[in-house]
Amino acid sequence: MSEAILEIRHLSKTFGTHAVLKDVDFTVNKGDVTSIIGASGSGKSTLLRCVNLLETLTTGEILFHGDSVTGGKINQSAYRARVGMVFQSFNLFNNLTVLDNCVIGQRKVNKAPKNEARDRALYYLNKVGMLPYINARPAQISGGQKQRVAIARALAMEPEVLLFDEPTSALDPEMVGEVLDVMKSLAAEKMTMLVVTHEMSFARDVSTQVVYMADGVIVEEGPPGQVLTNPQDARTREFLKRFLGQSN
Amino acid sequence: MLTQLFSDIGSIWAKYGTVYLTGIGNTLILATVATLIGCVIGFFCGILQTIPYGPGDAWIKKALLKLLRAVIRIYVEVFRGTPMILQAVFIYYGMPYFFGVSFKDIWTVSILVVSINTGAYMAESVRGGIMSIDAGQFEGARAIGMNHFQTMLYIVLPQTLRNIMPQIGNNYIINVKDTSVMFIIGFQDFFAVHKMVSGAVFKYFPSAFLEMGGYLFLTLLASFLLRKLEKKLAGESNYELVNTDQLVMTAGTYQFSGSAPYEEKNKDYQGEKP
Ligand SMILES: Nc1ncnc2c1ncn2[C@@H]1O[C@H](COP(=O)(O)OP(=O)(O)OP(=O)(O)O)[C@@H](O)[C@H]1O
Ligand SMILES: [Mg+2]
Repeated sequence: MSEAILEIRHLSKTFGTHAVLKDVDFTVNKGDVTSIIGASGSGKSTLLRCVNLLETLTTGEILFHGDSVTGGKINQSAYRARVGMVFQSFNLFNNLTVLDNCVIGQRKVNKAPKNEARDRALYYLNKVGMLPYINARPAQISGGQKQRVAIARALAMEPEVLLFDEPTSALDPEMVGEVLDVMKSLAAEKMTMLVVTHEMSFARDVSTQVVYMADGVIVEEGPPGQVLTNPQDARTREFLKRFLGQSN
Repeated sequence: MLTQLFSDIGSIWAKYGTVYLTGIGNTLILATVATLIGCVIGFFCGILQTIPYGPGDAWIKKALLKLLRAVIRIYVEVFRGTPMILQAVFIYYGMPYFFGVSFKDIWTVSILVVSINTGAYMAESVRGGIMSIDAGQFEGARAIGMNHFQTMLYIVLPQTLRNIMPQIGNNYIINVKDTSVMFIIGFQDFFAVHKMVSGAVFKYFPSAFLEMGGYLFLTLLASFLLRKLEKKLAGESNYELVNTDQLVMTAGTYQFSGSAPYEEKNKDYQGEKP
């Protein structure tokens, strides 16, 4: 029986009167690679942002190792440090070098010693193939490189879960592969990941779980073989028909 | 005629040169110190003004933060909206009425007045500078667990500083010139020297000529130095690719000597604790 790391319980989010997420409920177990798919505007990004507490939940709660992170019992900054996030737009710190991007959080949030933080940063930068660029600034590297640094920055905090919000959508096609390769190697090492993606090949071949969302609700979830090849719900079938038609 | 002017300037300089130089020194010290303190005030207001609060926060926190923002707002409007010369008079002659104390040292009160005045302008510049930083910078910082002060100190304000350097320079140059109003409370700056000397020798124009040239020289010099500083803050335009062999050696044999605070929960963790 695998261990639940994140449990999202009855999560709803409204912006003004616009209900973007409605009673969303699901669990992320240790080692799961969960792909969240769905049409534009279905609430996938909002869901991830809620999980990382970048948005305040309207109702519902999030449990981390069984403890509520929204009830004020767990320090929210400490929680965020253990749940990494990789953004579509990279969000690297523009004032810092590649190396310092991966060091600053360890030093200031995890209070890691200087040498240890540097070693760990180098280790993960090596892993994503960005070691030669440690002295560059974000403005001086390509999109795919930025995203790999962003992944290294998140990994350097040694989080228990990594959230990805369409990590390859802002990239030129020839750079998508290098980022997906990094994500695949993480999956192979049993990193727990929650990935919003339009890359159906990633959802099918790499993830262990697929969640299909439409209009702020989870329509269908299960192993990729089930959701992607034998969908039960008509909306899932419709979405996949449209999607696989263009992207495979 | 010009020869007359230059000989007058020469004779004034021969007699009062050191006094003018002292005045220049005082002007520069006052303008520099007050601009620096003003920047600190401005950045401080910027951090405090942007402490976020949401619907989920306790009412007391929301009330305090709203009050804080209101106080900063009032400070900015009052000190931006009144002449510095009056602020000087107000503070210098007002203190005995309100607090029964008067300033013994003219330096203290002068620095106080100019700093507070500059701070009011800087608070607005910093606020604008913070607003111009991409929201992704804040989110990137929050996502790795930084709190508001860490986000501001390490990520947002360094970028803000770079962006508002031209405005800081502007304020500095304005201060070099406008500290001249501090003569009203007896501060011996460059302009006060002019009043003193021209009153003594009855040669207004030659002294004014000297002053004009002196101020222009100071501001041009400041402008030049600020540009250099701006360039420096912009950082290197190049970077060197690192020879990875050496780095891989250290990174490849990576082992922790210490432990992150959460490692007791990580059951896969194999390293040894110190
Ligand atoms: N801050 C906000 N204020 C108001 N409405 C918002 C806000 N953020 C998102 N929304 C709305 O929530 C809905 C879901 O947005 P979200 O970004 O989660 O969609 P998505 O599934 O990630 O779409 P995409 O695939 O295009 O990224 C959209 O209709 C959007 O307009
Ligand atoms: Mg999205």
